[in-house]
Amino acid sequence: MDDLYREVIIEHYKNPSYRGHLDPHDISFADNNPLCGDHIQVDLRVDNNGIVTDARFDGHGCAISQASADLLMETIIGKPVEEVKQLNKQDVLDMLGIDLGPVRLKCALLSLKVLKAGVYGLGEASDSLVE
Amino acid sequence: MTIPFMSLNIEQIRKDFPILARETQPGTRVVYLDSTATSQKPLAVIEAMNDFYRRSNANIHRGVHTLAEESTAMYEGAREKIAKFINAVSSRQVIYTRNTTESINLVAYSWARANLKAGDLVVLTEMEHHSNLVPWHMLQAERGIELEFIPVTGDGLLDLDVYRALLTRGPKLVSFTHMSNVLGTINPAAEIIRLAHEAGALTLVDGAQSVPHLPVDVQALDADFLAFSAHKMCGPTGIGALYGKADLLEAMPPFLGGGDMIREVKLRSFRPNSLPHKFEAGTPAIAEAVGFGAAVDYLSQLGMDAVAAHEHAITEYALERLEEIPGVKVFGPSADKKGGVAAFTLEGVHPHDVAQILDQDGIAVRAGHHCAQPLHEKFNIPATSRASFYIYNTKDEVDLLVNGIYKVKEMFG
Ligand SMILES: Cc1ncc(COP(=O)(O)O)c(C=O)c1O
Repeated sequence: MDDLYREVIIEHYKNPSYRGHLDPHDISFADNNPLCGDHIQVDLRVDNNGIVTDARFDGHGCAISQASADLLMETIIGKPVEEVKQLNKQDVLDMLGIDLGPVRLKCALLSLKVLKAGVYGLGEASDSLVE
Repeated sequence: MTIPFMSLNIEQIRKDFPILARETQPGTRVVYLDSTATSQKPLAVIEAMNDFYRRSNANIHRGVHTLAEESTAMYEGAREKIAKFINAVSSRQVIYTRNTTESINLVAYSWARANLKAGDLVVLTEMEHHSNLVPWHMLQAERGIELEFIPVTGDGLLDLDVYRALLTRGPKLVSFTHMSNVLGTINPAAEIIRLAHEAGALTLVDGAQSVPHLPVDVQALDADFLAFSAHKMCGPTGIGALYGKADLLEAMPPFLGGGDMIREVKLRSFRPNSLPHKFEAGTPAIAEAVGFGAAVDYLSQLGMDAVAAHEHAITEYALERLEEIPGVKVFGPSADKKGGVAAFTLEGVHPHDVAQILDQDGIAVRAGHHCAQPLHEKFNIPATSRASFYIYNTKDEVDLLVNGIYKVKEMFG
């Protein structure tokens, strides 16, 4: 258990650094995990060189979904959008430092799904974005 | 007070369920608190199905060889047992389906499409499982029927005053759950049915949770239809039943067409078979029916009064212990009005995290909306953790659950 709920996850869940909204923002997207009702919204600012200058998330859900959102925001600030588009499932698992079963994987990947739908300018966040 | 039944010997019962010896975590026996989703299966059921495949397997009906006769007798024998279990007048009134969901859909497709037209009212409740909501949403989209809902009060009971008012609008059907799979509420089914009949409406009882846990007597209830699943009552998955009053079932058009459901087929026409075969098209789940029969035997031998009494005792204890924990909120009515279900939230911790951390100690509870999203919305929560109890659960297991929740609190403290 202490593996799955590593201190870093509990810490990011309880004291997130990037929870909030950006107003104005260049990109904003939100989606739910219908299975458990988790909700994540992501706001980004992107400069003229295509670099993510700031990022925030908001929402509610389990520790895994909220901690991975916080870690994801931390990771992408300062990165080119083109690089953000390349992030995948393994990157999120590496950030969390844990292995997850199929059900919890959905929780962990919700924020990446929302983020990618946002940067690609899609109307809908689909699971294929994070496979 | 005299004791009208023997109380259950839980130690003995636990030995009947091989899975309860499983260590899902090293050195920790599984504490299975998820029987509302599906119950575990006793050896008697597992062996009955195993024996059927080893000794008696053949397709049913129309066969004259020994195996076919034997399998037909076993398939129909199980139906007799199930009919007796719910006190149906005749086994012709018990139709095999895949599960509760299919039983409700059978009524929605066959009875409702033959009898309901645009503007006709169907009354449901706010505590329904999705399986007693979506078939009616679909019919509403197709037919323009109207739906109204008996509200759930803050303490998890149906508001019968609103129900009485809805009945003055002359609904054609009242379809409701006998026992909520989230709140645990045991609804006053006999009264709901009596009032519906006085108003000229038929009734469909979702017995998915009541038939496994309480004595259910369709004649005493005067239910028009009753839907239930074998897998929640010690039986296998893949089989359930729809009980119906004979005159209603006789008048209903067939649901699925194919083999077995016919009396006679011409190139351009058919005549349907008599009950119950009219509704059983194609090769059914034969081994599963045999397992269903064995499950009913198993429960009958324990006695449903004893089953209900045991679950009541566990639930009473569980509610008492859970409510002691700061930050825990249990949904639903007090123990005297509910079955063995405790859906709860823990302040500051998502139900998924609760369930996952409990699992690390081998404690199996479910987290989510339990296929009752509208009910969760009503209580303004996205999800709950749910512990549920059956014949094999003990007070010691409740203590393990409570200790586990304290551990969760500590981690998130
Ligand atoms: C009250 C209630 N109704 C219906 C169902 C659906 O049962 P099944 O999935 O076996 O069709 C369930 C099962 O979760 C239930 O608890």
